[in-house]
Amino acid sequence: MINNNDDIRPSPEAMLKLAQAEEAQEGRGRLKIFLGYAAGVGKTFSMLSAARQRKREGLDVVAAYVESHGRTETDALLEGLAIISKLRLEYQGVSLFELDIDAVLQRHPQIALVDELAHTNAPGSRHEKRWQDVQELLTAGIDVYTTVNVQHFESMNDVVEKITGVVVRETVPDLLLDLAAEIQLVDIPPDELLARLGQGKIYIPEQATRAMEKFFQPGNLIALRELSLRRAASRVDDQMRSYMETRAIPGPHTVAERLLVCISGSPFGEKLMRTTRRLADEMKAPWHAIYIETPDTGRFSRENRERIWRDLRLAESMGATVASVTATTVAEAVADYACRHNITKIVVGKPTRPRWREMLRPPIVDQIIRESGPIDVYVVSMSPDERRATTQQRRQIRTIPWARHMAALVLVAGTTLFCSLVQPFFSPTNTVMFYLLAVVAAAIRLGLQPAVLTAMLGVLAFDFFFVSPRFSLAVADAEYLMTFAGFLTVGLVISTQVARSRERAESLRLREVQTASLYYLSRDLAGAADLVAVTGAVLRNLKESLKAEIVIFLADGEQLKIISASEKLDLDLKERAVADWTFRNHKEAGHGTTTLGSAALLYLPLKTSTSILGVLGVKLTDLADYNSQQHRLLLNAFASQTAMAIERVRFSQQAEQAQILQARENLERALLNSISHDLRTPLASITGALSSLQEQKGLDETAKTELLATACEEATRLNRFVGNLLDMTRLEAGAVRLKYTACAVEELIGCALSVIDPRLGKREIAVRLPADLPLVMLDMGCMIQVLVNLLDNSLKYSPQDQPIGINAQIDRAWLVIEVVDQGPGVAEADLERIFDKFHRVPAPEGVRGTGLGLSICKGFVQAHGGKISAAITQGGGLTVTLRLPLTPPPSQTEVNAHG
Amino acid sequence: MDETKSHDHPPRILVVDDETAIRRLLVTVLSSSGFSVHQAENGRLGLAAAAVVRPDLILLDLGLPDLDGVEVIRRLREWSPAPIIVLSVREREDDKVAALDAGADDYLTKPFGVPELLARIRGSLRRVVGQASEPVFRSGELEVDLAKRVVLVAGQEVQLTPTEYEILRIMVTHAGKVLTHRQLLSKIWGVSHLEQPHVLRVNISNLRHKIERNPSRPSLLLTESGVGYRLRTEP
Repeated sequence: MINNNDDIRPSPEAMLKLAQAEEAQEGRGRLKIFLGYAAGVGKTFSMLSAARQRKREGLDVVAAYVESHGRTETDALLEGLAIISKLRLEYQGVSLFELDIDAVLQRHPQIALVDELAHTNAPGSRHEKRWQDVQELLTAGIDVYTTVNVQHFESMNDVVEKITGVVVRETVPDLLLDLAAEIQLVDIPPDELLARLGQGKIYIPEQATRAMEKFFQPGNLIALRELSLRRAASRVDDQMRSYMETRAIPGPHTVAERLLVCISGSPFGEKLMRTTRRLADEMKAPWHAIYIETPDTGRFSRENRERIWRDLRLAESMGATVASVTATTVAEAVADYACRHNITKIVVGKPTRPRWREMLRPPIVDQIIRESGPIDVYVVSMSPDERRATTQQRRQIRTIPWARHMAALVLVAGTTLFCSLVQPFFSPTNTVMFYLLAVVAAAIRLGLQPAVLTAMLGVLAFDFFFVSPRFSLAVADAEYLMTFAGFLTVGLVISTQVARSRERAESLRLREVQTASLYYLSRDLAGAADLVAVTGAVLRNLKESLKAEIVIFLADGEQLKIISASEKLDLDLKERAVADWTFRNHKEAGHGTTTLGSAALLYLPLKTSTSILGVLGVKLTDLADYNSQQHRLLLNAFASQTAMAIERVRFSQQAEQAQILQARENLERALLNSISHDLRTPLASITGALSSLQEQKGLDETAKTELLATACEEATRLNRFVGNLLDMTRLEAGAVRLKYTACAVEELIGCALSVIDPRLGKREIAVRLPADLPLVMLDMGCMIQVLVNLLDNSLKYSPQDQPIGINAQIDRAWLVIEVVDQGPGVAEADLERIFDKFHRVPAPEGVRGTGLGLSICKGFVQAHGGKISAAITQGGGLTVTLRLPLTPPPSQTEVNAHG
Repeated sequence: MDETKSHDHPPRILVVDDETAIRRLLVTVLSSSGFSVHQAENGRLGLAAAAVVRPDLILLDLGLPDLDGVEVIRRLREWSPAPIIVLSVREREDDKVAALDAGADDYLTKPFGVPELLARIRGSLRRVVGQASEPVFRSGELEVDLAKRVVLVAGQEVQLTPTEYEILRIMVTHAGKVLTHRQLLSKIWGVSHLEQPHVLRVNISNLRHKIERNPSRPSLLLTESGVGYRLRTEP
């Protein structure tokens, strides 16, 4: 049945989404979450029941980590399931038991049961959190059944705190909920739960007794239950919607919304993000979290900068698209980003600054509202009393640079001293100018606060020392109040402006340094032609710009191999294991991350859009830099540049190899063409001659003789050619094993001449040999062939009446043999190439060569460890010179007695 | 063919070759040259035929499908003195030497010309018949009187060292036949010198300088590359 109605076809977007989801699923394990709302609702029990069912169905189920808390009914369910023993870790004298992830990976069951998804692993484990272990299992293609309570999800965290007053420290990114293929809600009515608590059926860790008492209030439980039900329902809703979309069932699909939240490093960032995540969930909309870097950012305290980095990571774990943007003003950048990414709603925090400051500068909220045009702006309250008292709570400590304030004091004192010296020459009002100068100096050298301090102290000092009555703060002439006010205002304005421009310059300089270092790296990488140059450039640039020591691992098949490393780095097995983890999981790990954070180095994957090439290990001198947003961004940029350069080098190597292959293919084609031509031509002559002798009875004697002579000649030629081909094949196949015997050069030449005798006719051969030539170790058969080929060439290319010379002599450790003809010779440019396979020089009429003879000579001579070269004979013609070592190369000392 | 006439029947030749085309050619050529030709297509049949036919000469291909050619020669030599001419392709030089050392009389490399083949056949047959040769050997300008131990080149006596004379004497007594390095070395210096072919080469070279007109293009003492030496019988 064909349905022609376009309107109810699934939209391409929906199909794409489904395809991507299925693609992501391919090879990955499926996650099933048993979601509850409190301890004791029976999550573990449900999980084990389901696991037993799977086992009965014949699947390989393994309990990777199940905590029964001594409940007998749970223990009973565990019976018969394969259990992987837990990993025992010693931490500060306490034995802790954790999931043995390597054992599970090795066992590789179809389904692994992992209890308590939100658990925080003991220090020294591979991952900080158990959910990271689960992710790794999923990546390895193992299905995972796990349990978790709703309050552990990031986006629920603050709501739960508000409801119950209990801070949940162990959180799981919402991402995992999205990742789950299935969510099973484990639900019992709160009354029943409380009854079970009363019967002591619920395990509560001792140290949490008080919190739990607070937690297990009927009101709390009802609220939490509702949360879990809603969460599961929204998940069902999602599935329903995606089902409807892919099957093109018309329905009230919501308009595609996109949310944007801006991170500023304020302590309320977390709340802002959780709110946005919940909004996004309700709207089924994707959301973005951005951080705008302005010149002002340079003034942020270190703690503030760290918070920005942490918030961005938190946003990422809650499923946001995260970006960092550099701009001059925040509002413009936000509006611009929103426009480019089709954002429909911007979430901002309600301002908390005092009213009077808003008079000076409109709050960012107002600016954004003005700039954002058609985009909705949601303003979320964030009163100071809502500051979360969580583990992540931080007080903003402003480190006051006392030294610089002292300097301001000294500056004022110095100015005062100077003014007292020059006082006789200036009126007091002009003395103020010196103080103003001091303020400018303080603003430039010391920063805003010392400059303001200088201005204030300056007013006081001026009043005290120079305004009558002197040495008193009292002012006789009221006019001086004007001077004070003017001085103070000008001083403050100058301070602010100078300090700001100084800070702006500083922040620009920082960025400049980073941009420059990236530029230098990419410049060096662009010039790097091979792997060694690439790694060298990376090593050098990272050392210069970040003072980092690095190590580069590259994939060699399935294994990682160190390609290059800074001298001082000492990598033990553990470090290599972390690098290996990064390589297998395509994610960063090691120092400064939540995976294998105890490593000494930070490991970044070197990946391109299509594949992972290796791992970059970085050791920074300043440990704090690991958490700095700028450093991480820069490192990531370095890593991706490096990966691209390595890939480029590999591609160019591949292209080169392809070229070589192509050249070889061309040569082989030429060989085939030549062979078929050279084999068929004589065969054609022979067949023609013989068949005419057979068929045409009326041929006269002359014709018969002529035909027979042709057939014989061609048969001889064919035999020679086949001989050449065989020699060539043996050379090509490396099958030439020389049989060294002691040869007399004269005998060698004699043999060659006797072979070629039938073709010599009346040609004069002039052999010139010194009388005392010693015996030389050679393979006689090969060398005869060489001389035959050379003589054959000379015979073919030089005129009949010109003699051919053969000279031999000893030159130090070499036997030198020359074959000299007086033919047309060879063009200078061709002298090298005549020894190449199938290279034929323009030949006189009637000369046919195979283009193999000289290349065979070259092959045989080289096999002897000798050299062959060609030169123009004096007076015209070609001289080919062989140089053969008197003692054979060491590998060829086998002497054959039978020769 | 003068010698062959002393027999009361045309010389019998046994051709052992697995290639039909070669057998066909040889049968045609040899029959028309007055030989009685028998053929066998492998080693076993060849050995059987040799026992039945009692050939005067055997043409044996080394590359037989069932038996190694050298093995066939060894078995023939256990009872038959008939000359064996080996046919082989160029790449099997080691086999040629082994065949000659095992008792073959001569060899021909495929492809070969028919005139060359007939000359070799006649030479071998002649050597069998003329065992009790005359004391004076002549070939071209060379004249060797074995009885008087005198060597003349173009009528001039040349002085040879005892070793050179010994080499020449052996070559003369086997004139026209290929002698392998091994055969020459063992006959002149004894088996202890088998591994020292350079001694032979030096002496051959010296001998050539004394009896050949142009030592670098010898016309009497021919080198069979990779195999040995042959003294040419016809000028």
